[in-house]
Amino acid sequence: MYPFLYQRPTSLDDALKSFRSADDACYLAGGQTLLPVMKQRLAMPSDVIDLASIGELRGFTVAQDRLSIGAMTSHAVVAQAAEIKSCIPGLSHLAGTIGDPHVRNRGTLGGSIANNDPAADYPAALVALDAVIHTDRREIAAADFFKELFETALEGDELVVRVEFPLPQKSAYIKFPNPASRYAMVGVFAAVVSGAARLAATGARSCVFRLHQMEQALDKNFDAAALAGHSLSAEGLTVDMHASAEYRAHLIGVLARRAVDAANGRGSGS
Amino acid sequence: MPVLNTRVNGKTVQKEIKPTTLLVAFLRDGMGLTGTHVGCDTSQCGACVVHVDGVAVKSCTMLALQAEGADIQTIEDLAGDDGTLHPVQQAFQKHHALQCGFCTPGMIMASVALLSANPRPSPAQIRHGLEGNICRCTGYQNIVNAVLDASGQLGG
Repeated sequence: MYPFLYQRPTSLDDALKSFRSADDACYLAGGQTLLPVMKQRLAMPSDVIDLASIGELRGFTVAQDRLSIGAMTSHAVVAQAAEIKSCIPGLSHLAGTIGDPHVRNRGTLGGSIANNDPAADYPAALVALDAVIHTDRREIAAADFFKELFETALEGDELVVRVEFPLPQKSAYIKFPNPASRYAMVGVFAAVVSGAARLAATGARSCVFRLHQMEQALDKNFDAAALAGHSLSAEGLTVDMHASAEYRAHLIGVLARRAVDAANGRGSGS
Repeated sequence: MPVLNTRVNGKTVQKEIKPTTLLVAFLRDGMGLTGTHVGCDTSQCGACVVHVDGVAVKSCTMLALQAEGADIQTIEDLAGDDGTLHPVQQAFQKHHALQCGFCTPGMIMASVALLSANPRPSPAQIRHGLEGNICRCTGYQNIVNAVLDASGQLGG
Protein backbone atom coordinates (compact mmCIF):
# COMPACT_ATOMS: atom_id res chain seq x y z
CA MET A 1 0.00 0.00 0.00
CA TYR A 2 1.05 3.58 -0.57
CA PRO A 3 1.18 5.65 2.64
CA PHE A 4 -1.96 7.47 3.76
CA LEU A 5 -3.28 9.34 6.78
CA TYR A 6 -5.82 7.37 8.82
CA GLN A 7 -8.72 9.24 10.37
CA ARG A 8 -11.59 7.92 12.46
CA PRO A 9 -14.26 10.59 12.94
CA THR A 10 -17.13 10.00 15.38
CA SER A 11 -19.81 12.04 13.58
CA LEU A 12 -21.08 12.48 10.04
CA ASP A 13 -20.13 16.17 10.12
CA ASP A 14 -16.58 15.39 11.12
CA ALA A 15 -16.34 12.73 8.42
CA LEU A 16 -17.43 15.24 5.77
CA LYS A 17 -15.04 17.89 7.11
CA SER A 18 -12.14 15.45 7.07
CA PHE A 19 -13.00 14.41 3.53
CA ARG A 20 -13.20 17.98 2.27
CA SER A 21 -9.98 19.13 3.88
CA ALA A 22 -7.94 16.23 2.47
CA ASP A 23 -6.21 16.17 -0.93
CA ASP A 24 -7.71 12.94 -2.15
CA ALA A 25 -9.68 11.18 0.56
CA CYS A 26 -11.48 7.87 0.55
CA TYR A 27 -14.15 6.63 2.96
CA LEU A 28 -13.49 3.23 4.52
CA ALA A 29 -16.54 1.11 5.37
CA GLY A 30 -15.83 -2.62 5.80
CA GLY A 31 -12.77 -2.47 3.57
CA GLN A 32 -13.39 -5.78 1.84
CA THR A 33 -12.99 -4.15 -1.58
CA LEU A 34 -11.07 -0.96 -0.80
CA LEU A 35 -8.21 -2.64 1.08
CA PRO A 36 -7.49 -5.26 -1.62
CA VAL A 37 -7.55 -2.46 -4.21
CA MET A 38 -5.12 -0.39 -2.10
CA LYS A 39 -2.89 -3.42 -1.57
CA GLN A 40 -2.67 -3.82 -5.35
CA ARG A 41 -1.77 -0.11 -5.54
CA LEU A 42 -4.74 0.51 -7.79
CA ALA A 43 -5.88 3.21 -5.35
CA MET A 44 -3.69 5.67 -3.46
CA PRO A 45 -5.86 7.91 -1.31
CA SER A 46 -4.07 10.62 0.69
CA ASP A 47 -6.47 10.05 3.59
CA VAL A 48 -8.53 7.03 4.62
CA ILE A 49 -11.56 8.06 6.65
CA ASP A 50 -12.83 5.12 8.67
CA LEU A 51 -16.59 5.29 9.28
CA ALA A 52 -16.58 2.62 12.00
CA SER A 53 -17.13 4.99 14.94
CA ILE A 54 -20.16 6.84 13.56
CA GLY A 55 -23.05 5.34 15.51
CA GLU A 56 -25.86 6.56 13.27
CA LEU A 57 -24.56 4.50 10.35
CA ARG A 58 -25.13 1.21 12.18
CA GLY A 59 -28.11 -1.03 12.88
CA PHE A 60 -31.57 -1.37 11.38
CA THR A 61 -35.18 -0.58 12.23
CA VAL A 62 -38.41 -2.16 11.05
CA ALA A 63 -41.48 0.08 10.84
CA GLN A 64 -44.94 -0.91 9.69
CA ASP A 65 -44.22 -0.66 5.97
CA ARG A 66 -40.46 -0.08 5.81
CA LEU A 67 -37.15 -1.62 6.72
CA SER A 68 -34.33 0.84 7.23
CA ILE A 69 -30.75 -0.46 7.32
CA GLY A 70 -27.75 1.68 8.32
CA ALA A 71 -24.93 1.93 5.77
CA MET A 72 -22.33 0.35 8.08
CA THR A 73 -24.46 -2.70 8.85
CA SER A 74 -22.55 -5.86 7.95
CA HIS A 75 -23.77 -8.52 5.52
CA ALA A 76 -23.66 -10.99 8.42
CA VAL A 77 -26.18 -8.94 10.41
CA VAL A 78 -28.54 -8.61 7.41
CA ALA A 79 -28.23 -12.36 6.79
CA GLN A 80 -28.85 -13.39 10.39
CA ALA A 81 -31.26 -10.88 11.92
CA ALA A 82 -34.61 -12.62 12.46
CA GLU A 83 -36.59 -9.38 11.92
CA ILE A 84 -34.99 -8.81 8.50
CA LYS A 85 -35.47 -12.45 7.55
CA SER A 86 -39.16 -12.27 8.35
CA CYS A 87 -39.93 -8.98 6.60
CA ILE A 88 -37.72 -9.29 3.46
CA PRO A 89 -36.56 -12.92 3.22
CA GLY A 90 -34.97 -12.44 -0.20
CA LEU A 91 -32.74 -9.64 1.11
CA SER A 92 -31.61 -11.70 4.06
CA HIS A 93 -30.88 -14.66 1.79
CA LEU A 94 -28.93 -12.41 -0.60
CA ALA A 95 -26.72 -11.06 2.19
CA GLY A 96 -25.89 -14.65 3.17
CA THR A 97 -24.58 -15.40 -0.33
CA ILE A 98 -22.02 -12.58 -0.44
CA GLY A 99 -18.38 -13.70 -0.26
CA ASP A 100 -17.74 -16.03 2.68
CA PRO A 101 -18.57 -15.83 6.40
CA HIS A 102 -15.45 -13.84 7.30
CA VAL A 103 -15.99 -11.35 4.50
CA ARG A 104 -19.65 -11.00 5.53
CA ASN A 105 -18.56 -10.12 9.06
CA ARG A 106 -16.70 -7.05 7.74
CA GLY A 107 -18.38 -6.05 4.46
CA THR A 108 -21.21 -3.51 4.64
CA LEU A 109 -24.35 -2.56 2.73
CA GLY A 110 -23.20 1.04 2.24
CA GLY A 111 -19.75 0.03 1.08
CA SER A 112 -21.14 -2.44 -1.42
CA ILE A 113 -23.61 -0.06 -3.05
CA ALA A 114 -21.23 2.93 -3.10
CA ASN A 115 -18.71 0.73 -4.93
CA ASN A 116 -21.33 -0.52 -7.44
CA ASP A 117 -19.34 -3.48 -8.68
CA PRO A 118 -21.16 -4.80 -11.77
CA ALA A 119 -21.26 -8.29 -10.21
CA ALA A 120 -22.22 -7.22 -6.67
CA ASP A 121 -25.41 -8.66 -5.20
CA TYR A 122 -27.01 -5.77 -3.30
CA PRO A 123 -27.70 -3.56 -6.35
CA ALA A 124 -30.16 -6.19 -7.65
CA ALA A 125 -32.06 -6.12 -4.36
CA LEU A 126 -32.18 -2.33 -4.11
CA VAL A 127 -33.45 -1.92 -7.67
CA ALA A 128 -35.98 -4.77 -7.50
CA LEU A 129 -37.29 -3.66 -4.10
CA ASP A 130 -37.57 0.02 -5.15
CA ALA A 131 -35.35 1.06 -2.24
CA VAL A 132 -34.40 4.64 -1.40
CA ILE A 133 -30.82 5.56 -0.51
CA HIS A 134 -30.61 8.24 2.18
CA THR A 135 -27.36 10.20 2.11
CA ASP A 136 -26.04 12.99 4.32
CA ARG A 137 -27.83 15.49 2.03
CA ARG A 138 -30.68 13.89 0.05
CA GLU A 139 -32.71 10.83 -0.89
CA ILE A 140 -31.96 8.95 -4.09
CA ALA A 141 -34.20 6.26 -5.60
CA ALA A 142 -32.29 3.06 -6.37
CA ALA A 143 -33.33 3.42 -10.01
CA ASP A 144 -31.33 6.69 -10.16
CA PHE A 145 -28.48 5.64 -7.87
CA PHE A 146 -26.65 2.97 -9.88
CA LYS A 147 -25.28 4.80 -12.92
CA GLU A 148 -22.60 2.80 -14.68
CA LEU A 149 -19.65 0.48 -14.07
CA PHE A 150 -18.44 1.40 -10.53
CA GLU A 151 -20.34 4.71 -10.81
CA THR A 152 -23.20 5.95 -8.68
CA ALA A 153 -25.13 9.18 -8.28
CA LEU A 154 -23.09 10.00 -5.16
CA GLU A 155 -21.07 13.21 -5.20
CA GLY A 156 -17.39 12.89 -4.28
CA ASP A 157 -17.79 13.55 -0.57
CA GLU A 158 -21.37 12.30 -0.22
CA LEU A 159 -22.01 9.55 2.32
CA VAL A 160 -24.67 6.85 2.29
CA VAL A 161 -26.37 6.99 5.70
CA ARG A 162 -29.04 4.31 5.33
CA VAL A 163 -31.18 2.44 2.83
CA GLU A 164 -34.95 2.23 3.18
CA PHE A 165 -36.83 -0.70 1.68
CA PRO A 166 -40.61 -0.75 1.29
CA LEU A 167 -41.77 -4.14 2.60
CA PRO A 168 -42.53 -6.35 -0.41
CA GLN A 169 -45.30 -8.92 -0.63
CA LYS A 170 -42.78 -11.41 -2.03
CA SER A 171 -39.02 -11.51 -2.48
CA ALA A 172 -36.27 -13.92 -3.48
CA TYR A 173 -32.75 -13.84 -4.90
CA ILE A 174 -31.06 -16.53 -6.95
CA LYS A 175 -27.44 -16.23 -7.88
CA PHE A 176 -25.11 -18.26 -10.03
CA PRO A 177 -21.83 -17.52 -8.28
CA ASN A 178 -18.45 -17.58 -9.88
CA PRO A 179 -16.94 -20.51 -7.96
CA ALA A 180 -13.66 -18.70 -7.29
CA SER A 181 -14.69 -15.14 -6.45
CA ARG A 182 -18.30 -15.85 -5.38
CA TYR A 183 -19.36 -12.71 -7.21
CA ALA A 184 -22.47 -13.17 -9.31
CA MET A 185 -21.91 -14.48 -12.84
CA VAL A 186 -25.59 -13.58 -12.92
CA GLY A 187 -27.99 -12.92 -10.07
CA VAL A 188 -31.72 -12.20 -10.32
CA PHE A 189 -33.81 -10.63 -7.57
CA ALA A 190 -37.57 -11.14 -7.93
CA ALA A 191 -40.09 -9.21 -5.85
CA VAL A 192 -43.68 -8.10 -5.66
CA VAL A 193 -43.77 -4.52 -4.38
CA SER A 194 -47.08 -2.68 -3.98
CA GLY A 195 -48.69 -5.42 -6.05
CA ALA A 196 -46.30 -5.05 -9.00
CA ALA A 197 -43.76 -7.63 -10.17
CA ARG A 198 -40.19 -6.33 -10.22
CA LEU A 199 -37.12 -8.23 -11.45
CA ALA A 200 -33.54 -6.96 -11.47
CA ALA A 201 -30.40 -8.68 -12.77
CA THR A 202 -26.80 -8.17 -11.70
CA GLY A 203 -23.53 -9.54 -13.08
CA ALA A 204 -24.74 -9.51 -16.66
CA ARG A 205 -24.01 -5.94 -17.78
CA SER A 206 -21.82 -3.06 -16.66
CA CYS A 207 -24.55 -2.10 -14.21
CA VAL A 208 -27.66 -3.61 -12.61
CA PHE A 209 -30.82 -3.51 -14.78
CA ARG A 210 -34.49 -4.45 -14.67
CA LEU A 211 -36.11 -7.18 -16.74
CA HIS A 212 -39.11 -5.17 -17.91
CA GLN A 213 -40.59 -7.66 -20.37
CA MET A 214 -40.55 -10.43 -17.83
CA GLU A 215 -42.10 -8.10 -15.25
CA GLN A 216 -45.00 -7.41 -17.62
CA ALA A 217 -45.61 -11.11 -18.10
CA LEU A 218 -45.54 -11.62 -14.33
CA ASP A 219 -47.87 -8.72 -13.56
CA LYS A 220 -50.77 -10.77 -14.88
CA ASN A 221 -49.70 -13.93 -13.17
CA PHE A 222 -46.74 -14.01 -10.75
CA ASP A 223 -45.80 -17.57 -11.58
CA ALA A 224 -42.65 -18.96 -13.20
CA ALA A 225 -44.89 -20.54 -15.85
CA ALA A 226 -45.71 -17.02 -17.08
CA LEU A 227 -42.05 -16.68 -18.13
CA ALA A 228 -42.19 -19.66 -20.49
CA GLY A 229 -40.96 -18.62 -23.90
CA HIS A 230 -39.42 -15.39 -22.59
CA SER A 231 -35.78 -15.08 -23.48
CA LEU A 232 -33.42 -12.18 -23.27
CA SER A 233 -31.22 -11.06 -26.15
CA ALA A 234 -27.51 -11.54 -25.57
CA GLU A 235 -26.81 -8.15 -27.11
CA GLY A 236 -24.97 -5.85 -24.73
CA LEU A 237 -24.43 -8.50 -22.07
CA THR A 238 -21.02 -8.99 -20.46
CA VAL A 239 -18.48 -11.25 -22.13
CA ASP A 240 -15.47 -12.30 -20.08
CA MET A 241 -13.25 -15.31 -19.38
CA HIS A 242 -16.01 -16.85 -17.27
CA ALA A 243 -18.98 -16.75 -19.63
CA SER A 244 -20.20 -15.64 -23.05
CA ALA A 245 -23.03 -13.15 -23.49
CA GLU A 246 -25.27 -15.97 -24.77
CA TYR A 247 -24.59 -18.02 -21.65
CA ARG A 248 -25.43 -15.07 -19.42
CA ALA A 249 -28.65 -14.44 -21.36
CA HIS A 250 -29.60 -18.06 -20.82
CA LEU A 251 -28.75 -17.83 -17.11
CA ILE A 252 -30.98 -14.79 -16.69
CA GLY A 253 -33.96 -16.74 -18.00
CA VAL A 254 -33.25 -19.75 -15.78
CA LEU A 255 -32.52 -17.70 -12.67
CA ALA A 256 -35.56 -15.46 -13.19
CA ARG A 257 -37.83 -18.52 -13.22
CA ARG A 258 -36.12 -19.94 -10.14
CA ALA A 259 -36.31 -16.60 -8.33
CA VAL A 260 -40.04 -16.33 -9.01
CA ASP A 261 -40.50 -19.90 -7.80
CA ALA A 262 -38.54 -19.11 -4.65
CA ALA A 263 -40.50 -15.90 -4.07
CA ASN A 264 -43.63 -18.07 -4.26
CA GLY A 265 -42.18 -20.33 -1.56
CA ARG A 266 -40.92 -23.07 -3.90
CA GLY A 267 -37.21 -23.86 -3.54
CA SER A 268 -34.51 -21.94 -1.70
CA GLY A 269 -33.65 -18.33 -2.34
CA SER A 270 -35.69 -16.59 0.29
CA MET B 1 2.84 7.61 13.96
CA PRO B 2 -0.63 6.80 15.27
CA VAL B 3 -0.97 4.66 18.39
CA LEU B 4 -3.12 1.54 18.40
CA ASN B 5 -4.87 0.64 21.65
CA THR B 6 -6.29 -2.84 21.57
CA ARG B 7 -6.41 -6.15 23.41
CA VAL B 8 -4.69 -9.23 22.03
CA ASN B 9 -5.41 -12.58 23.65
CA GLY B 10 -6.60 -10.86 26.80
CA LYS B 11 -3.63 -8.50 27.17
CA THR B 12 -3.88 -4.75 26.71
CA VAL B 13 -1.57 -3.54 23.96
CA GLN B 14 -0.52 -0.01 23.08
CA LYS B 15 1.75 0.34 20.08
CA GLU B 16 2.80 2.92 17.53
CA ILE B 17 2.11 1.63 14.04
CA LYS B 18 2.07 2.87 10.47
CA PRO B 19 -1.45 3.32 9.05
CA THR B 20 -0.60 0.88 6.23
CA THR B 21 0.02 -1.97 8.71
CA LEU B 22 -2.42 -4.82 8.17
CA LEU B 23 -3.84 -6.56 11.21
CA VAL B 24 -2.05 -9.80 10.26
CA ALA B 25 1.30 -7.99 10.00
CA PHE B 26 0.73 -6.33 13.37
CA LEU B 27 0.02 -9.72 14.96
CA ARG B 28 2.91 -11.57 13.34
CA ASP B 29 5.64 -8.93 13.16
CA GLY B 30 4.52 -6.56 15.91
CA MET B 31 3.39 -9.11 18.49
CA GLY B 32 5.39 -12.16 17.42
CA LEU B 33 2.21 -14.21 17.13
CA THR B 34 3.16 -16.20 14.07
CA GLY B 35 0.41 -18.80 14.47
CA THR B 36 -1.76 -16.63 12.23
CA HIS B 37 -0.60 -17.30 8.68
CA VAL B 38 -0.48 -15.31 5.48
CA GLY B 39 -1.47 -17.54 2.59
CA CYS B 40 -2.83 -15.67 -0.38
CA ASP B 41 -2.82 -12.14 1.06
CA THR B 42 -5.91 -11.48 -1.11
CA SER B 43 -8.70 -12.54 1.30
CA GLN B 44 -9.39 -15.82 -0.47
CA CYS B 45 -7.62 -18.55 1.52
CA GLY B 46 -8.55 -17.88 5.17
CA ALA B 47 -5.17 -18.87 6.67
CA CYS B 48 -5.17 -15.47 8.43
CA VAL B 49 -8.54 -15.81 10.19
CA VAL B 50 -8.60 -14.39 13.73
CA HIS B 51 -11.47 -13.25 15.94
CA VAL B 52 -12.14 -9.54 16.38
CA ASP B 53 -14.75 -8.85 19.05
CA GLY B 54 -15.83 -12.47 18.80
CA VAL B 55 -16.34 -12.70 15.05
CA ALA B 56 -14.06 -14.33 12.49
CA VAL B 57 -12.31 -11.95 10.09
CA LYS B 58 -9.58 -12.21 7.51
CA SER B 59 -6.76 -10.29 9.14
CA CYS B 60 -5.02 -9.69 5.80
CA THR B 61 -7.97 -7.53 4.77
CA MET B 62 -8.19 -5.30 7.80
CA LEU B 63 -5.96 -2.44 8.88
CA ALA B 64 -4.51 -2.87 12.34
CA LEU B 65 -5.87 0.60 13.18
CA GLN B 66 -9.39 -0.68 12.50
CA ALA B 67 -8.95 -2.86 15.57
CA GLU B 68 -8.74 0.20 17.86
CA GLY B 69 -10.53 -0.67 21.10
CA ALA B 70 -11.26 -4.21 19.92
CA ASP B 71 -10.65 -7.57 21.51
CA ILE B 72 -8.52 -9.78 19.24
CA GLN B 73 -8.11 -13.50 19.72
CA THR B 74 -5.59 -15.59 17.80
CA ILE B 75 -4.87 -19.31 17.58
CA GLU B 76 -2.25 -18.94 20.35
CA ASP B 77 -5.01 -18.21 22.87
CA LEU B 78 -7.13 -21.33 22.29
CA ALA B 79 -5.17 -23.86 24.37
CA GLY B 80 -5.38 -23.70 28.17
CA ASP B 81 -2.53 -22.29 30.27
CA ASP B 82 -1.38 -25.85 30.97
CA GLY B 83 -1.16 -26.58 27.27
CA THR B 84 -4.41 -28.54 27.07
CA LEU B 85 -5.64 -28.14 23.53
CA HIS B 86 -9.03 -26.61 22.75
CA PRO B 87 -11.65 -29.27 21.86
CA VAL B 88 -11.57 -28.18 18.21
CA GLN B 89 -7.78 -28.52 18.15
CA GLN B 90 -8.07 -31.97 19.75
CA ALA B 91 -10.63 -33.01 17.16
CA PHE B 92 -8.39 -31.84 14.29
CA GLN B 93 -5.55 -33.92 15.74
CA LYS B 94 -7.72 -37.00 16.28
CA HIS B 95 -9.24 -36.94 12.79
CA HIS B 96 -6.03 -36.09 10.89
CA ALA B 97 -7.74 -32.94 9.69
CA LEU B 98 -4.43 -31.49 8.57
CA GLN B 99 -1.38 -32.50 6.64
CA CYS B 100 1.06 -29.64 6.14
CA GLY B 101 -0.82 -27.55 8.70
CA PHE B 102 -0.55 -24.23 6.89
CA CYS B 103 -4.30 -23.63 6.69
CA THR B 104 -4.96 -25.08 10.14
CA PRO B 105 -4.88 -21.93 12.32
CA GLY B 106 -7.44 -20.29 10.05
CA MET B 107 -9.51 -23.47 9.75
CA ILE B 108 -9.63 -23.82 13.53
CA MET B 109 -10.45 -20.18 14.22
CA ALA B 110 -13.19 -20.35 11.58
CA SER B 111 -14.51 -23.61 13.07
CA VAL B 112 -14.57 -22.19 16.60
CA ALA B 113 -16.58 -19.18 15.35
CA LEU B 114 -18.89 -21.49 13.41
CA LEU B 115 -19.57 -23.64 16.48
CA SER B 116 -20.18 -20.67 18.74
CA ALA B 117 -22.89 -19.43 16.32
CA ASN B 118 -24.26 -22.90 15.59
CA PRO B 119 -23.27 -25.53 18.20
CA ARG B 120 -24.66 -28.51 16.25
CA PRO B 121 -24.09 -27.81 12.56
CA SER B 122 -24.93 -30.31 9.82
CA PRO B 123 -22.11 -31.43 7.49
CA ALA B 124 -23.55 -29.10 4.83
CA GLN B 125 -23.57 -26.18 7.28
CA ILE B 126 -19.95 -26.93 8.18
CA ARG B 127 -18.92 -26.92 4.52
CA HIS B 128 -20.82 -23.68 3.97
CA GLY B 129 -19.32 -22.17 7.13
CA LEU B 130 -15.79 -23.02 6.04
CA GLU B 131 -16.14 -21.86 2.45
CA GLY B 132 -13.77 -18.96 3.14
CA ASN B 133 -10.96 -21.34 4.09
CA ILE B 134 -8.91 -23.29 1.58
CA CYS B 135 -6.88 -26.44 2.30
CA ARG B 136 -4.65 -27.78 -0.48
CA CYS B 137 -3.40 -31.00 1.18
CA THR B 138 -6.01 -33.22 2.69
CA GLY B 139 -9.24 -32.18 1.14
CA TYR B 140 -12.05 -31.36 3.45
CA GLN B 141 -13.65 -34.61 4.62
CA ASN B 142 -11.55 -35.01 7.75
CA ILE B 143 -11.95 -31.33 8.59
CA VAL B 144 -15.72 -31.74 8.43
CA ASN B 145 -15.43 -34.88 10.59
CA ALA B 146 -13.32 -33.01 13.14
CA VAL B 147 -15.84 -30.18 13.44
CA LEU B 148 -18.68 -32.70 13.72
CA ASP B 149 -16.78 -34.50 16.48
CA ALA B 150 -15.95 -31.26 18.29
CA SER B 151 -19.68 -30.49 18.30
CA GLY B 152 -20.35 -33.84 19.97
CA GLN B 153 -22.16 -35.31 16.98
CA LEU B 154 -19.94 -38.27 16.16
CA GLY B 155 -20.35 -40.26 19.35
CA GLY B 156 -17.59 -42.52 20.70
